[in-house]
Amino acid sequence: MKIAEDLSRVEETEKGDDLPNIVINETYCKGCGICIDFCPTDVLEMRGNLVAVKNLEACTKCQLCDLRCPDFAIQVF
Amino acid sequence: MAEKKKKFMQGNEACSEGAIYAGCRFYAGYPITPSTEIAETLSVRLPKFGGVFMQMEDEIASICAIVGASLGGAKSLTATSGPGFSLMQEGIGFACITEVPCVIVNVMRSGPSTGFPTGPSQSDVMQAKWGTHGDHPAIALTPASVQEIMYETIRAFNLSELYRTPVIILYDEIIGHMREAIALPEPDEIEVVERKKPSCKPEEYKPYASNNGDIAPLAVYGEGYRFHVTGLYHAEDGFPTNNTKLIGEANERIVNKVNKNIDKICINEEFYLDDAEIGVVAYGVSSKSAKFAVKEMRKKGIKAGLLRPKTIWPFPYKAVNKLAKQVKAILVPEMNLGQVYYEVERASRGQCEVKGIFKVDTEAIHPKKIMEEIEKFT
Amino acid sequence: METAATPKKTKKAKQTPFDYSKYIRGGKLPHIWCPGCGHGIVLKSLLRAIDTTGRSNNDFALVSGIGCSSRTPGYVDFNTLHTLHGRALAYATGLKMAKPNLKVIVTTGDGDALAIGGNHFIHTCRRNIDMVIMVYNNYIYGMTSGQFSPTTAQGMIATTSRYGNIESPFDVCKMAEASGATFVARGTAYHYGELEKILYEAIMHKGTAVIDIIDSCPTYYGRFNKFKTPSEMMEKIEKEGTIPLKQAAGLPPEKLQGKLIRGIIYKKERPEYTSEYAKLVEKAGGKSK
Ligand SMILES: Cc1ncc(C[n+]2csc(CCOP(=O)(O)OP(=O)(O)O)c2C)c(N)n1
Ligand code: SF4
Ligand code: SF4
Ligand code: SF4
Repeated sequence: MKIAEDLSRVEETEKGDDLPNIVINETYCKGCGICIDFCPTDVLEMRGNLVAVKNLEACTKCQLCDLRCPDFAIQVF
Repeated sequence: MAEKKKKFMQGNEACSEGAIYAGCRFYAGYPITPSTEIAETLSVRLPKFGGVFMQMEDEIASICAIVGASLGGAKSLTATSGPGFSLMQEGIGFACITEVPCVIVNVMRSGPSTGFPTGPSQSDVMQAKWGTHGDHPAIALTPASVQEIMYETIRAFNLSELYRTPVIILYDEIIGHMREAIALPEPDEIEVVERKKPSCKPEEYKPYASNNGDIAPLAVYGEGYRFHVTGLYHAEDGFPTNNTKLIGEANERIVNKVNKNIDKICINEEFYLDDAEIGVVAYGVSSKSAKFAVKEMRKKGIKAGLLRPKTIWPFPYKAVNKLAKQVKAILVPEMNLGQVYYEVERASRGQCEVKGIFKVDTEAIHPKKIMEEIEKFT
Repeated sequence: METAATPKKTKKAKQTPFDYSKYIRGGKLPHIWCPGCGHGIVLKSLLRAIDTTGRSNNDFALVSGIGCSSRTPGYVDFNTLHTLHGRALAYATGLKMAKPNLKVIVTTGDGDALAIGGNHFIHTCRRNIDMVIMVYNNYIYGMTSGQFSPTTAQGMIATTSRYGNIESPFDVCKMAEASGATFVARGTAYHYGELEKILYEAIMHKGTAVIDIIDSCPTYYGRFNKFKTPSEMMEKIEKEGTIPLKQAAGLPPEKLQGKLIRGIIYKKERPEYTSEYAKLVEKAGGKSK
């Protein structure tokens, strides 16, 4: 993915085969909180001004966070 | 020389024919006296060449549509008069900063505001130069006869393609509506400049790259070169920049690309200038009276001469300055309260007396009035 | 960096995320929009819709006026034109007529399209020229720091309506339909999937397609009108403030009070301008492009 070109730091959480990958582009993330507020299973949280994963196991890969992020900053797969 | 085809036509029709000869294939405009015949003629003529004629909702839409069409590769024209020309100013500035070729005709009428709509005037000369905000390039042509309207329209298209900038044609209601038998140029008789297109790979294309001040080729939308055009100051690649150095350079470049080529853009007619002791600087309809007056003066043995700029912007400072060195006085007859007069005064640098002959009652300046003024200096 | 985004081999095939990189110009992100601004969500829906058409980037032109929403074309890899405040539709019309095969999409704001550009808006709809008009409707002038716009509801606060707006808002869809647009729809940034489908349909439609897209300006509209977060705005304005067409059909008017209808509201076949123009050229004995 070329969007990753600009990444300064990528947080990848990958603990097991069935667990989702949540990739957050910290250069793009503006900390608006939309992804956190709309996550149905409370997977994400704010750390400082940026979003971070707090409970990966709970993620259902619904991609609500991904699709509502205005900044191309979070992807789930 | 073979006998040329002659046709009887009106100034505004000659403008339309000149446009078609130059390869114009898109017209957008809004009806306004005394320019409407251009639209009416082109609504019939353009479709025959597969070209587009559109009557827009206003003059703002018209200037914007012709710039859009030009980016789509069509040589484009709009025509209007005072009130419409005022409305177009922001759009003309956009064409200047984005460097999109297009031609704007302003058939000048009395103003300000609605003024006297059918009354001729020459009072938009300064608006043609300074109408839009910000420092910008200006090319404006001032044909003085029906025949010349045709030739100057072709030249306007050529200049706009060559320098990637809007070109304005200024003439007044009198010549616009005058009928003369004119010679139609044969195909290939007059040079028609085609737009320089890029030859590089699309990834490498920079729509505003200029080496040594040359003019970058302009790609056509939809032909594989996916570039960005914006009225914000932009870098060579066309994307907005807030780098103050680049902004300054870009502004200077768009102005200089015209100023550097003044000698190529400025064309003047000289009439009895060689030994002239009294000069007249006149353009458009007023130059007709001035020419007549000079001829009459010569019959009386008075050494009068006429300098007639066909390009009013950029202003022919050099030619006027040279004339000022030679003559006792320069007279500037114009149908306004003093516009070109001040440019002549500026160019003359105090070397001779400069006197304006102004008239805004919507009647042409009579040659007699010019003759009287010339005689005052003998 | 590439590696970080590539998942390791797995037993189950993983759902791949949408690859926006085909449409985003290299090095142009992050965009200038504020945290939580809805414009980015709308842009993403548009890019997915364009992708579904399977057409090349060369086939699309994105034209805009001036405003936050009008900054969209700068980020995307199409033929892009960022023009004057209110005038996008006029530029787009000229371009479309010169290059009828281009699919022209206009991204414009509520102020850009309906205040300064209102005249162009109604006349473009009237001509039914093939074009998609996306009105990013955030009820405010974002770029100039929050003045009320022609869609701001009565009573709402903006920098120029500190006592509450006294003007009545336009209904973008009603205006488009009355003016002659042949595809009229409403979507929201919140309903990103629905919006993507509407945009796809709009692109496939031949004629003027207007989409009223409700999105949020948390920086001004949100702050002045006491919405605490961008997501709260999305919930209250975009989700609770709208209702799908089908659902609305069965409800009495009282239940629809204060709600905007979502979905494809109006669709009609009517002669399209570029096709009609081609016929005119034939009639005149000329050759069409
Ligand atoms: C002729 C002109 N008048 C005023 C402006 C200032 N201006 C820039 S953007 C804007 C309003 C933008 O609002 P909207 O179209 O709703 O877009 P948003 O920023 O909310 O996305 C205004 C008034 C301008 N650029 N040009
Ligand atoms: S929605 Fe996007 S920009 Fe906003 S906090 Fe989440 S990742 Fe960051
Ligand atoms: S994919 Fe769904 S569940 Fe997983 S973090 Fe995003 S919103 Fe939460
Ligand atoms: S000012 Fe409003 S509309 Fe503009 S980018 Fe910020 S949030 Fe978006």
